[in-house]
Amino acid sequence: MSITEILFWLLSALSLISAILVISSRHPVYSVLWLIVTFFTISGHYILLNAQFLAVVNVIVYAGAIMVLFLFVIMLMNLNKDTEPQKSRWLKMAGAVAGGSLLLIMVAALRTTEKQMTEMGSGDIGLIENLGKVLFTDYVVPFEIASILFLSAMIGAVVIGKRDDYASAVPKEEIEEMKANREAMGIPGA
Amino acid sequence: MVLLQIDWFIFFEKLILIGAIITLAMVVAMYSTYAERKIAAVLQDRTGPNRAGPFGILQPMADGLKLFMKEEIIPTFSSKSLFIMGPMLAMITALLTSAVIPWGTAIDVAGRIVPLQVADVNIGILYVFGVISVGVYGIMIGGWASNNKFSLIAAIRGASQMISYELAMGLSLIAVLMISGSLQMSVIVDQQVQHGWNIVYQPLGFLIFFICALAECNRTPFDLPEAENELNFGYHQEYSSMKLGFYLFAEYINMFMSGVVMATLFFGGYDIPFVDEAALGNAWWVGLLSFSVLMVKSILFVFIFMWIRWTIPRFRYDQLMNLGWKKLLPLALANMIITAVVVLLLNK
Repeated sequence: MSITEILFWLLSALSLISAILVISSRHPVYSVLWLIVTFFTISGHYILLNAQFLAVVNVIVYAGAIMVLFLFVIMLMNLNKDTEPQKSRWLKMAGAVAGGSLLLIMVAALRTTEKQMTEMGSGDIGLIENLGKVLFTDYVVPFEIASILFLSAMIGAVVIGKRDDYASAVPKEEIEEMKANREAMGIPGA
Repeated sequence: MVLLQIDWFIFFEKLILIGAIITLAMVVAMYSTYAERKIAAVLQDRTGPNRAGPFGILQPMADGLKLFMKEEIIPTFSSKSLFIMGPMLAMITALLTSAVIPWGTAIDVAGRIVPLQVADVNIGILYVFGVISVGVYGIMIGGWASNNKFSLIAAIRGASQMISYELAMGLSLIAVLMISGSLQMSVIVDQQVQHGWNIVYQPLGFLIFFICALAECNRTPFDLPEAENELNFGYHQEYSSMKLGFYLFAEYINMFMSGVVMATLFFGGYDIPFVDEAALGNAWWVGLLSFSVLMVKSILFVFIFMWIRWTIPRFRYDQLMNLGWKKLLPLALANMIITAVVVLLLNK
């Protein structure tokens, strides 16, 4: 068994275990932390495929940014074991059936792809230079459309976040009074 | 000597290198605490620590011993495993950056050319960036596991501050990348050795990077996660003994590492000014000399960090966010676009 193979089996086992722990942890914060571990193991798989750029972007974007926001929300909501809603048994069974059929379809679809397997530790499509060339020549239109989509989502979030409920909820005279008080105390930015 | 298809010489070579770098980071961090107190003393017209050893140079040892001897307290309602994991993560992420830094010219050890760099990966800078973005977790997990409102507020402040300043930092880095044309740290240094330091081409980029590095290290004027007058002691309030020591130590290691990264990206790395290292060969003393040059540059940055801390007061939180999002980010964007245009015009 070569070193790449050992690493592959180790990473696969780790990612499966951590993925199972994401859904089986009772506490939401632990779930998020296990999800972060899962992202790291997936990055490890990318490195085994010599896709270093994808690996590091996966860490920066998913493990470093999106999961931090998840953690923010869950920590601020102060969720714990007691507040977890109890689903009925029928719902759990339905979920198991749905997940099982998805697994069946994926296995069936992947069963015949043996000829397209990727060699580990070789190939350089994941290196930044090659990836950049492909993205900006063959796939430039979908790439740009995707970035515009992201931009519009971002602007939407800003617009929703900027809605000024405070001004309408507090009477105008009160705000003026507060401003006058701040100025009298010499606080800047009044 | 090939077993399991590993070249064991490389394995041991890297192991020794990693050990040396970690020891170096620890020693520098230890003496940064001493330097900080001495610099504060000089700036405030005091003497500073002078009891332990001549000029007080044994003070860090005394401090470390004190931290080890202190009683260890884990709050009753905190989640114990996460409470212990917080300082560990802070320390690990602080040390991880050092892996891709070229610490000096390659040296010749008994006929083998040994580069003074642990991993010369294709994505060097992005790796540093990834480590920085993961560095948030040490603070967040520690602050949350303390089960204390002040700690949680401080942790969330710290994390949002780091995320905000990462953007401007990344944009100022892109301008550097466009000049060097590679993400590999060794290539960036080589390119500076040949064509002059990046600070000449990217003064504004460096300024933005420097301000963001201050914010990423939670140093004054951006030390809001530790604002004593608002949050008692910040995210490490519930920590005692060496766990607290780890958090404080990680801050100093972060400071040192950001000094090294700045020296590598903008000030030629291990390049000795006005000397052609390539002509000197691969002797061990050339490696040592280039390494010391890098150390001088980085420690100068650590000094500037401390100088700023004892000179400038802390920002208010809204000022911090305004500076990050409304001033630094557009400035970094403009810098990036101008650099791109100039690079494009000069290449044609």
